[in-house]
Amino acid sequence: MSDSVIELDQVVRDYGSPPVRAVDHVSLSVARGEFVAVVGPSGSGKSSLLNIIGTLDRPTSGRTIIDGHDVDTMNDAALSALRAYRIGFVFQQFHLTDGVSALDTVADGLIYTGTPRAERRRRAVASLTRVGLAHRLDHQPHQLSGGERQRVAIARATVSDPTLLLADEPTGNLDQRSGASVLELLHELNTTGTTIVVITHDVRLAEQMPRRITIRDGRVVEDDQEAPA
Amino acid sequence: MSRGNQTEIRQSRLLRSDVYRLGASGLKSRPTRVVLSALGIAIGIAAMIAVVGISTSSRAKLDAELASLGTNLLTVQPGTSITGQDTTLPVESTGKVGLIRGVSTAGAVATLPDVKVYRSRLIDADKSGGIVVQAADPHLLGLLDGTLRQGAWLTKATANYPTVVLGGIAADRLGIVSPGSQIWLGDTQFTVIGILDALPLAPDLDTSAFIGEAFATARFDWDGKPTIIFERSADAEVETVRTLLPRTVNPENPENVRVSRPSDALAAKNAADLAFTGLLVGLGSVALLVGGIGVANTMVISVLERRREIGLRRALGATQGHIRTQFLAEALLLSALGGLAGTVIGFGVIAMFAGTNGWPISVPPVVFAGGIGATMLIGAVAGLYPAIRASKTPPTAALNG
Ligand SMILES: Nc1ncnc2c1ncn2[C@@H]1O[C@H](COP(=O)(O)OP(=O)(O)OP(=O)(O)O)[C@@H](O)[C@H]1O
Ligand SMILES: [Mg+2]
Repeated sequence: MSDSVIELDQVVRDYGSPPVRAVDHVSLSVARGEFVAVVGPSGSGKSSLLNIIGTLDRPTSGRTIIDGHDVDTMNDAALSALRAYRIGFVFQQFHLTDGVSALDTVADGLIYTGTPRAERRRRAVASLTRVGLAHRLDHQPHQLSGGERQRVAIARATVSDPTLLLADEPTGNLDQRSGASVLELLHELNTTGTTIVVITHDVRLAEQMPRRITIRDGRVVEDDQEAPA
Repeated sequence: MSRGNQTEIRQSRLLRSDVYRLGASGLKSRPTRVVLSALGIAIGIAAMIAVVGISTSSRAKLDAELASLGTNLLTVQPGTSITGQDTTLPVESTGKVGLIRGVSTAGAVATLPDVKVYRSRLIDADKSGGIVVQAADPHLLGLLDGTLRQGAWLTKATANYPTVVLGGIAADRLGIVSPGSQIWLGDTQFTVIGILDALPLAPDLDTSAFIGEAFATARFDWDGKPTIIFERSADAEVETVRTLLPRTVNPENPENVRVSRPSDALAAKNAADLAFTGLLVGLGSVALLVGGIGVANTMVISVLERRREIGLRRALGATQGHIRTQFLAEALLLSALGGLAGTVIGFGVIAMFAGTNGWPISVPPVVFAGGIGATMLIGAVAGLYPAIRASKTPPTAALNG
């Protein structure tokens, strides 16, 4: 139990009124070091679930324990700290800023940890090297390919060495090959100990993951776990 | 293999140096909008600083002027009696004033109301151009600290002859530019021997034509009663002399004597200018207000446009406070840029204005301090609402792109 990074118990998320139930009594547990794919049709509630896991959103009801912290009882400052130090996010749209170099983009991943700038940039170089972009430090977003941009985003998400990396369709804007290489990178990060949850539409990619959680209408309809090799 | 731990996590922290960096980079990404919205603040601050600076500079000029003209000149004029009748000053008043203890010089002018002034005999007798003929004491010019544009002032000798000295405006109206010209006073031809510069302490006399007292008596039957007596005393004696003057001039009816201090009138004229300044300051504040609204508007739009950035920052660990701080810093920086530009422009305007008027540039440092303070206040007030709004942006804004 203490070795689970994500612990959801009967989590419900309703939007608006009359309430639309995006997440419907989801209970699941993800252990430290797991690599999980979340699949399901559009509108099934995958992003809503990931927002709750990432503490960006609070559930309407149910219990959420992330990295051992009962996030339902935590205030904004504590949740922010959890995100700053323990959770990394990767988005479908990369979210890179025009005119900002890869190095500075990744260094900004540490800006809310109070790390001095020189140290941030030093760690950013290490993180970019890890994702295979040591030769692209000074490149700006428009000088990078889609796959490279997503690698920069991954380097930013992992520069603080988070326990948990959450990715919402990280390959959604990429072609087949770049998508595969980004996924390859996530696998590498996973082998160094990072717990990873990836939302994907790509069934073929999902097939390669050790564990697949299928969502439909806000419910977990399948939790397909391979026996550890 | 447990990486990370379940114990306490450190707080999210944003270094102060990063606050400045974030504020600056937020502005750098929208230069045009920054310039336009800082412009409002700049205009407001420039207007305020210029207005205050111009009035302090003109004040400095006036103080210098008063210092050189002196504030020890008093004038004595006939007032109205209790029954409402116009009174006159007694003959010999001027001499009596000169005898008061503390008075250093006294001199007078006497208006000769029936004598008209013409450039030539051909001009209609009714058209005297508002020029008043005065019998003037030789001391008058020195008393008024007057200077000559051309020629010479009346002396004891020239006072016996048909010679006239023209006030600056009188000369202009008559079209006299140099001494030696002939004009007509009543039916007597006079020679112009001098033209005065403007008399700052007695602007009413600028429209006068001055002739000698002796000749006024001989030719125009002047009765010897002065119209205005001027006197100067030591600075310390001014108040004492002031109280003595009415009784000295008219022992029977001292209440019929009006004493005033021309330097007060000069200062009062400046006070009237200051009322106008108040209006300009009002306009400046309106410009500042509009500038502040411009900043607030720019910031609100910026917050709406940058929902994803805010969401991303929240995902990276920013607290609501950090987001608020970032946007507030941006607003402050924006208005500080405007304030800085406004200060430079304002100072430029003062320098130009003072330069063309020949004033000393005198701007109290408190004006600049006030300008900076006002700018910061505007930035803070204008930035507060957008900053709070930014901090309330849901963290999920980055995901729902
Ligand atoms: N902020 C919101 N307000 C109202 N309804 C929302 C909001 N976010 C999501 N929903 C609704 O909740 C449901 C689940 O949405 P969600 O984005 O989680 O689906 P998803 O599985 O991520 O879909 P996709 O694969 O298209 O990204 C949808 O019906 C959606 O319309
Ligand atoms: Mg989604």
